[in-house]
Amino acid sequence: MAAFVYRPTASPQEAANWSPRQVLETDLRTIGGRAYPRVTGMMREKSWLFFEILLPFLATSAFVFVYRALEAPPEYIGFVVLGGAMTAFWLNVIWMMASQLYWEKSQGNLELYFAAPMSITMVLFGMALGGIVMSSTRAVVVLIVATTVFGVTFSVEQWGLLIAVFVLTLAALYGFGMVLASLFLMWGREAFHMTQLFTEPVYFVSGLNFPVARLGFVGALAIGTIPLAVGLDAMRQLAFAGVEFPVGTPPPEVEVLILVAMTVVFLAIARWTLAVLERMARREGRLSVRWQ
Amino acid sequence: MPAFHVSVPDAILPFLPTPTIPGPAMSTSAEPPAIEARGLERVYNVKPAPVTALAGIDLDVAPGEFFGILGPNGAGKTTLIKILTTLLLPTAGTARIFGFDVAHDVKKIRRIMNMVAGGEQSGYGILTAREQLWMFSQFYGLPRKDGWRRVDELIEAVGLTEQALQRVSTLSTGQRQKMNFARGLLNDPWIFFLDEPTLGLDVAAARSVRELIVAWKAAVPGRTVTLTTHYMAEADELCDRIAIVDHGRILAIGTPAELKHRVQRESIFRIELDRLHGGTATLDRIPGVVSAAPAAAEGGPVDRQTVAVNLVLETDAILGSVVAALSARGSNILALRKSEPSLEDVFVELVGRGFDDTDDDGQNDDRSPPARRDDDADGPAAAGDRADAETEAEYA
Repeated sequence: MAAFVYRPTASPQEAANWSPRQVLETDLRTIGGRAYPRVTGMMREKSWLFFEILLPFLATSAFVFVYRALEAPPEYIGFVVLGGAMTAFWLNVIWMMASQLYWEKSQGNLELYFAAPMSITMVLFGMALGGIVMSSTRAVVVLIVATTVFGVTFSVEQWGLLIAVFVLTLAALYGFGMVLASLFLMWGREAFHMTQLFTEPVYFVSGLNFPVARLGFVGALAIGTIPLAVGLDAMRQLAFAGVEFPVGTPPPEVEVLILVAMTVVFLAIARWTLAVLERMARREGRLSVRWQ
Repeated sequence: MPAFHVSVPDAILPFLPTPTIPGPAMSTSAEPPAIEARGLERVYNVKPAPVTALAGIDLDVAPGEFFGILGPNGAGKTTLIKILTTLLLPTAGTARIFGFDVAHDVKKIRRIMNMVAGGEQSGYGILTAREQLWMFSQFYGLPRKDGWRRVDELIEAVGLTEQALQRVSTLSTGQRQKMNFARGLLNDPWIFFLDEPTLGLDVAAARSVRELIVAWKAAVPGRTVTLTTHYMAEADELCDRIAIVDHGRILAIGTPAELKHRVQRESIFRIELDRLHGGTATLDRIPGVVSAAPAAAEGGPVDRQTVAVNLVLETDAILGSVVAALSARGSNILALRKSEPSLEDVFVELVGRGFDDTDDDGQNDDRSPPARRDDDADGPAAAGDRADAETEAEYA
């Protein structure tokens, strides 16, 4: 059996000493490897077309009809559609990304991840990348369908900045998701309960269906703490240029800086919490094994 | 088969010396041992009382050795494996894998080892077996195309070609374990840890997995395998040396033959003759014969003309004198069988109970929670662990 006579290294010492390039390549491959099940799963299980496109579309439609009934300014329809599209990422972060390590632990995968030579942070990056690919598809479909059905017209003057805001929003959002993943792993079922408890309040203060500045101080607070709130607000300003917004919303350029800061902070915290988690796992033996 | 039920009370176990026998000379170079553990201890700080899983393990495993860790549920086998695979830190003591410290050289050890556990349900059901293995190949840094090639080779080697494109969720338990085995070989580990690899498999699947392990190890010299099991026949069949562990201690260590010799220093034969003039007393008088006694009938009805004798000889060499004496007396040998003690006999002599006997820790599997779950901080398993902790306290 050729597979059994495979021997790439001459000694354990040689096999154990990796060059920095080997380490980097392994980490990058890990990202791709871990993203693979997410993307493949999306192709293979078509049920998401119903649950994660039709249902968000219906929820978005409900707000559209409410705004129309209230004779709200027409641009509010566009705000809701954009918010509906971004909901896909938020749901992906709080329900899949955040619970991923906990789920991996219960499946027995986490132990194998810890036992492998790559950085566990790269596994989370892979999960995030897979989640972004999956959610982007959903967001694009919701955006196209809702825009077509409700006749939304976008007015973009700064495409570069809009794309930068979108990318930074995802980076900050998934960095936040990586932090949540570690916290969920530490707190287990309590974290699920907390997520359920905070789902609707966070939806509200994120301004998914209306300009967050309408909330005044609470809105400003949300912009300073919730990546989705600040990203969405900036994207609305850039996608509907010329629309008069309620006072109190920072300009997109400032919100870009907030997003950059959030990305750096969340990724740093995620990396730190993962390192703490691994130390805890090894010291207490409670995190990597499904029954502990 | 003779029974060797020499009981050693648990209370004196701590006073038995922990044997440390250097590994056999499987490697001629001066390379460090595959495993070197000194004073390894592990205590789980759980409520209501700490549980001692390892209570001072000294161990040397040579490169190229097939080493078995045999013990009942709750003996500390899995805890030992978790420490050696860098998943758990020891509370005290040191352990090295090919010279790399399990506490500090974590990444280096992870690059040269791999592990497979029995009942492993890892991976993603939505992926095919081939895809799942490729995903894991990426975690070990195999280039993308090399990863696919290596996966295909391993799939063929473990006999999963027909299931390669089948979703993992549809694989049988045996097929899944073969896939896990292939996963463990992706990086061609220098040391392969197998934690109860045949747990839950049917006879045919277990045999198949054992054959794969043996084939892989034999393919390249220097590969080291560490196997934990509570199947004694499995340890006997596969291992060059075995450590028998219980209550977190190594009670005995050696080759299967050495361990068996601990409980049977004489040679024991069952001999069936067509006649025996003068009875067994005539055999007793032969120098080197410790005892000769009529044997009970085995199995079905015994021919009246057949005489069965249990012979205890000082050494196998005495058998020649016995055969010559019988021949001189006109006896014809109809059957001759040497009685070997089993590893279970060894275990019974060491700990005073069998593997399947339930005692204060008999229900405690160290795969099961020492005392705490995420959703239930106490329960039946925790009760077993408290008993375990109490036993440990008695030792102290």
